[in-house]
Amino acid sequence: MANAIQFKVNGVARSFDGDPDTPLLWYLRDAMGLTGTKFGCGVGLCGACTVHKNDDAIRACITPMSSLAGADIRTIEDIGANGLHPVQKAWIEFNVPQCGYCQSGQIMQAIALLKSKPKPTDEDIDEGMAANICRCGTYQRIRAAIKAAAKESR
Amino acid sequence: MSAIENVSRRGFLKGLATTGALVLGAYYAPKILRRHESDDVRTDADNATLHPNVFVGVETDGTVWIVANRSEMGTVIRTSLPLVVADELDADWKRVKLDQAIGDPRYGDQNTDGSHSMRSFFDVVRLSGATARLMLIQAAAQRWGVPVSECQTDLHAVVHSSSGRHLGYGELATAASRLPVPKENEVQLKSKSAWRYIGKGMTSYDLTDLVTGKAVYGMDAHLDGMLFASIEHPPVLGGKLKAIDNAEALKVPGVSQTIVIDPFKPPPAFQPLGGVAVLADSTWAAFQGRKKLKLDWDNGPNETYDSDQYKKDLQETARKAAKVIRSQGNVAQAFTSSAHTFESDYYVPLLAHAPMEPLVALAEFKDGKVHAWAPTQNPQAVQAIVSSELEIRKEDVICHVTFLGGGFGRKSKPDYVAEAAVLSRKVGRPVKVVWTREDDIKFDYYNAVAAMYMKAALDSDGRPVAWLQRSVFPPITSIFDVNAVYGDPGHLQQGWTDMPYAIPNLRIENGPAKAHVRIGWLRSVANIYHGFAVQTFTDELAHRAKRDPADYLLDLIGQPRTLNFTGVDYPNYGAAYDAYPWETGRLRRVTEMVVEKSGWGKTQAGQGSRPGDCGPPQLPQLCCDCG
Repeated sequence: MANAIQFKVNGVARSFDGDPDTPLLWYLRDAMGLTGTKFGCGVGLCGACTVHKNDDAIRACITPMSSLAGADIRTIEDIGANGLHPVQKAWIEFNVPQCGYCQSGQIMQAIALLKSKPKPTDEDIDEGMAANICRCGTYQRIRAAIKAAAKESR
Repeated sequence: MSAIENVSRRGFLKGLATTGALVLGAYYAPKILRRHESDDVRTDADNATLHPNVFVGVETDGTVWIVANRSEMGTVIRTSLPLVVADELDADWKRVKLDQAIGDPRYGDQNTDGSHSMRSFFDVVRLSGATARLMLIQAAAQRWGVPVSECQTDLHAVVHSSSGRHLGYGELATAASRLPVPKENEVQLKSKSAWRYIGKGMTSYDLTDLVTGKAVYGMDAHLDGMLFASIEHPPVLGGKLKAIDNAEALKVPGVSQTIVIDPFKPPPAFQPLGGVAVLADSTWAAFQGRKKLKLDWDNGPNETYDSDQYKKDLQETARKAAKVIRSQGNVAQAFTSSAHTFESDYYVPLLAHAPMEPLVALAEFKDGKVHAWAPTQNPQAVQAIVSSELEIRKEDVICHVTFLGGGFGRKSKPDYVAEAAVLSRKVGRPVKVVWTREDDIKFDYYNAVAAMYMKAALDSDGRPVAWLQRSVFPPITSIFDVNAVYGDPGHLQQGWTDMPYAIPNLRIENGPAKAHVRIGWLRSVANIYHGFAVQTFTDELAHRAKRDPADYLLDLIGQPRTLNFTGVDYPNYGAAYDAYPWETGRLRRVTEMVVEKSGWGKTQAGQGSRPGDCGPPQLPQLCCDCG
């Protein structure tokens, strides 16, 4: 297609020629069946839909497909596809999830945070994770797991 | 108290109304220990070789199936009850697979609500595992020709220690399946010291799935050929559609049709609210199409509901004498004769549940049956409402329980599942109804708005000698009875009737309030507003008395004693009072422990440097969490 948007999802080349306003979230969930990325608010306020665009954490629910030309999108399904990622291991070690619905987003955000700040302080973690809401209140364990993952990767 | 009753919808709703939705104390223990006849609802446990009861199945390869009959929304109950089964079975947890139960009365009460899953099911599931274990021991003893008493189990195997013989559970499954299921009094439970898993800090069976995005929530349920639906509900409770123009909506690419859903017949209970559904080939298209609907509503009698005015009305009502629900001594006389009285008003607004996962359900109506996949706290309530809406048998509603992205009581009210079922029958395809976050907040069964009036007469030390508390809130029972205006005993008991302070003159009242929105239970329910009023008033009195609030609270709780509710309508959360009496000694200990663990009274390092660390830590309200 002449006007199709070309990008990658989890390393595989994809093309999209639908409504360019469609948020990435619904493309991932409904068209690709990648349901690990969650719908929580639809307006970029909760972080449940966090994915990576060129290694940066973005909110898929407010990212229109029109903005993705050439982008490299990565979702939770690809994280640890070949063995668990250190962040996922830390999440298990610290028994982080309760209901778990926000945790894909939390993990994607944490991985991006550790990429930019390999040795985060408590303040870095609080700041970096502040926009990812957990209704169960697992924040203490999230902080502990991020610290452990940071130590592990050093 | 353990009979399974196939209650009619009417009975079900009535039951909810009288116990205030915390259906405790009844219908727990399933006694129907049999395989399910119908193929499409049999669990793997049902199909296993050895299947002594609904909770457990043992395969010949040693795989043990354990059925989780309660819903998983973050409490890890889906793991913890099966762990109890596994412990009594002496099974190797690594060889256990979990089956999530569909909604079915043979599992007992499945309304995962009220923080009582473990308390209510502990004995039942222990017995279920121990029964299977005894049958495996009996099979081994028979094969070896030795007395049962000489055999023990050791992690997935039966052993005869004197001869050193040893048989795995898988090897024994077939022989054990031919034995009669032992009676309850023949089964011996493990001693506490022999527990492998109970209380040992095991983690969720699903932990890896939860960190890899593989856990399937209601939002993730999928059927080939399904349509996605987004519903514009009447903006006011009880509103009706007057006119619809769907022309622009149908022009949105991906939108296939719109369907009008009838408004509920009062009272609302768990019926769909009504409205206009936009069906499309993706969630996004359904959302977009919905925005293009042009609808005209008759808002009905709740149109004039104004929350500012309503707040004033509640507060005025709270200042007037009301229905007395508990009284001791003579409060009026004490107020008249006391030199010092203090009064205060408290208000708590409507609260929305806002689970991380908005409401969502997938349903397929086919051949007279409905299969529904839903993040529900109460799959049997799904059966009840879907069967009533579609006028089919309850047994023909098969509710598959997915993971729940939070519940908090909202997901025990299955209006959203009924919507999916109604739509699926109309279009003849599977339909997934997805609520937006805005829908979730706007069309909740809110925790009640409440006004409380408190008054105390104080002695010269600032200690109350008389205490009046009066609360006014639209009751949860209003969703089952349009005329209900008073709190029911099941909710009045929450932080109100059960006032534990040692005060000689006490009066507890409740005033009337009519509901104009759907009121529902949100975890801890009436404790939220009642606890807020009682504890804040207590703090204010402590402040006036220039006392440390924690000391003052302990002073008011008084010496350890059992509260006496003779003559008071106090349902005790459905539990027998002698089994679970209200002990103020425990409340004291909880308070003391909070003081100790919070570092109450100690100055924190870095005080004032971060928002959470400003000033001395606040003593949290003491509330009972009731799911």
